[in-house]
Amino acid sequence: MANKSKRAAAKAPKPRKRAAKSSKTNGAGAADLQNTSESLLAFYRDMLLIRRFEERAGQLYGMGLIGGFCHLYIGQEAVVVGMQAVIKETDAVITSYRDHGHMLACGMDPKGVMAELTGRSGGYSRGKGGSMHMFSTEKNFFGGHGIVGAQVSIGTGLAFAQRYNGEGAITLAYFGDGAANQGQVHESFNMAALWNLPVVYVIENNKYGMGTSVQRASAAEDLSQLGAGRGIFGVQVDGMDVEAVKEAGSMAAEKCRAGDGPVILEMMTYRYRGHSMSDPANYRSKEEVAKVRDEQDPITNLKSLILKRKIIDEDQFKEIDKEIRDVVSEAADFAQNSPEPDPSELYTDVLVEA
Amino acid sequence: MPTNILMPALSPTMTEGNLAKWHKQEGDAVEPGDILAEIETDKATMEVEAVDEGVLGKILIPDGSEGVQVNQVIGIIVAEGEDVSVETQPLAEPHSPAASEDPPPPAQTQTTEPPPKPSALPVEVDYDGETVRSTVREALRDAMAEELRNDDRVFLMGEEVAQYEGAYKVSQGLLDEFGDKRVIDTPITEHGFTGVGVGAAFLGLRPIVEFMTFNFAMQAMDQLINSAAKTNYMSGGQMGCPIVFRGPNGSAARVGAQHSQCFASWYAHIPGLKVVSPWSAADSKGLLKSSIRDPNPIIFLENELLYGGSFDVPTDPNWLVPIGKAKVVREGSDVTITAFSIMVGKALEAADALASEGIEAEVIDLRTLRPLDTQTIVESVQKTNRVVSVEEGWPFAGIGAEISATIMEQAFDWLDAPVGRVTAEDVPLPYAANLEALALPQVDDIVAAAKAVSYRN
Repeated sequence: MANKSKRAAAKAPKPRKRAAKSSKTNGAGAADLQNTSESLLAFYRDMLLIRRFEERAGQLYGMGLIGGFCHLYIGQEAVVVGMQAVIKETDAVITSYRDHGHMLACGMDPKGVMAELTGRSGGYSRGKGGSMHMFSTEKNFFGGHGIVGAQVSIGTGLAFAQRYNGEGAITLAYFGDGAANQGQVHESFNMAALWNLPVVYVIENNKYGMGTSVQRASAAEDLSQLGAGRGIFGVQVDGMDVEAVKEAGSMAAEKCRAGDGPVILEMMTYRYRGHSMSDPANYRSKEEVAKVRDEQDPITNLKSLILKRKIIDEDQFKEIDKEIRDVVSEAADFAQNSPEPDPSELYTDVLVEA
Repeated sequence: MPTNILMPALSPTMTEGNLAKWHKQEGDAVEPGDILAEIETDKATMEVEAVDEGVLGKILIPDGSEGVQVNQVIGIIVAEGEDVSVETQPLAEPHSPAASEDPPPPAQTQTTEPPPKPSALPVEVDYDGETVRSTVREALRDAMAEELRNDDRVFLMGEEVAQYEGAYKVSQGLLDEFGDKRVIDTPITEHGFTGVGVGAAFLGLRPIVEFMTFNFAMQAMDQLINSAAKTNYMSGGQMGCPIVFRGPNGSAARVGAQHSQCFASWYAHIPGLKVVSPWSAADSKGLLKSSIRDPNPIIFLENELLYGGSFDVPTDPNWLVPIGKAKVVREGSDVTITAFSIMVGKALEAADALASEGIEAEVIDLRTLRPLDTQTIVESVQKTNRVVSVEEGWPFAGIGAEISATIMEQAFDWLDAPVGRVTAEDVPLPYAANLEALALPQVDDIVAAAKAVSYRN
């Protein structure tokens, strides 16, 4: 059983089907399919920012500056960066506790995110939320939820409100392969399909719900088809390829905007780190991790593509890398120097003042 | 600029570990993300990754070292071209305020401000306008209809609320007037539709979510507590959740243990929620309207057996009852009886019986359980010096326990007798008619308790 799951996981990020071409539904989407040099470079920067940010967060955790649970997104960067490229500022995003990448992709300030990780007053929740509970209503990022699957019902409610308001906005509700087996996820699928809600369910299948492989947790092999019985269109997508993610995301977003939601996208991806900082990940082999890292790393592969197309050269990559590192260092400095919340904050925000 | 590599912690409780193996050797080039070393404790191993680029200048703690303290410098990275041979001393620890400070003290009262006193509650204006005789059922429906008319963001969702007009006929006529966009039948999926309601509230709508009964809301407890109640706090005040969860609470008649439970103390325990539980039709209407207008999540506990009861209800659509304010429904000088929901009626009956024996009871309808109007209770105790708390829920950690503690803290010197509690018996509610009556608080129990605290037989 263990061998089977390891073998399956090591080569798992292969999509079973390709997403339908978005060119069939929208001309603008067709133009977007040919990603410009600028957009490829933007993908690279955005993914690298997440990776460097997470590495630094891991370091600060190791130094005791970040407490509690801390779930890193390293390896999965292409999913959130590709999906963010297909939505508008007025669309809503919601996810689980593995949320740092989503916040950075939504345009939240790395300083504010890192300072929340260190529990300081400069954090997005003024230090009262932590790694798993961060929000920015300004950026339409609705968390950051600590209970597996809860964000799926809430995200369905965001889409309910979007349809109610009739403004054409959509919701991206992210969750993992582990959450896919939660009852409320299926309750949400049912209501979203009944009411044609504009929600894209993005399943980030990173092969393990904590230490349990998908094969040991789910009777369904193809999570993209979990909504099939309710008529929800779903596809598997190579979540290690930012261009494939964007293509599928574009199709899904257009379906939702056209009133043909919801849609399920199963992103075949991989997390390089343990479930959280304190997880040694003994349930998989080092070779398995190394193989994905060597062959499918979304950042390395995009860099190779950019070099192959001669969009920029190695020296220019070094400049980008330095810029990103400076942004992350600035965030880390801010997060360490921002003061702890004032004791008077203890009793604020329990209730909204009427 | 040399950079120290520190011994990392695998968890906040780890203080030391072993350095199992270096993956890089002195002089090796290092890129961010490269695995530098492996550390281990008795439970786990972890890889240390480089954050900075450069050259591994010096290894200070060799392979296989045991008992390495967290944050000890284990190696040094230098810039390319920098002379590694001169870097023989570990650099001074980088200043990190949180790491160098003592651990923060546990959250205890001596280090924190006391909770702020509740602000002065709005005074309920004496109403001398037109009233109409209506049932609690109609009053609840009228409250929702008025607020649906008043605010486009308000909608009602729940099982059988639209076409069936409510399992207990509370939403009669609402689908006809407001249509299926705003009066929405859900599937039987409490957990899911509670989350949907919370999400809609996060985006600015004002959902009213009906639970057919609150017994079924246990399926949705995670969304009620973890999502609705806590998110505003966890978001630093960004994500308020203006939502009303309403439906019948407590026992009905002969429906057995799973459908007969008072959840008042469960919800009243939770910071971030307001808990309302009216008795009269007027209060049902005025408080439900206030709840729908409130920017916070409200648990609105009704009672099936009260739905058919008739009361005079103000017709003015702007008439509201403030949340957080109890009401003295009968004045008396000898003993205070606190009650809420269906027990208010029983307490008033008990007060009549007591009066015939020369004991004048003051009956307080709590109406809101969180925030509890302790001021009204304490003022009454200062007058009567004796209290009986009545509730339909169980005794252990119940509303009566909270009231008793509050009086002990705030009115100890005024008490002439220990606080009496009348509650359900501490058993799941039995089905048999005689046992059910024995298990639930009855008028005679309240009379007996009031006499006991008055030292009368």
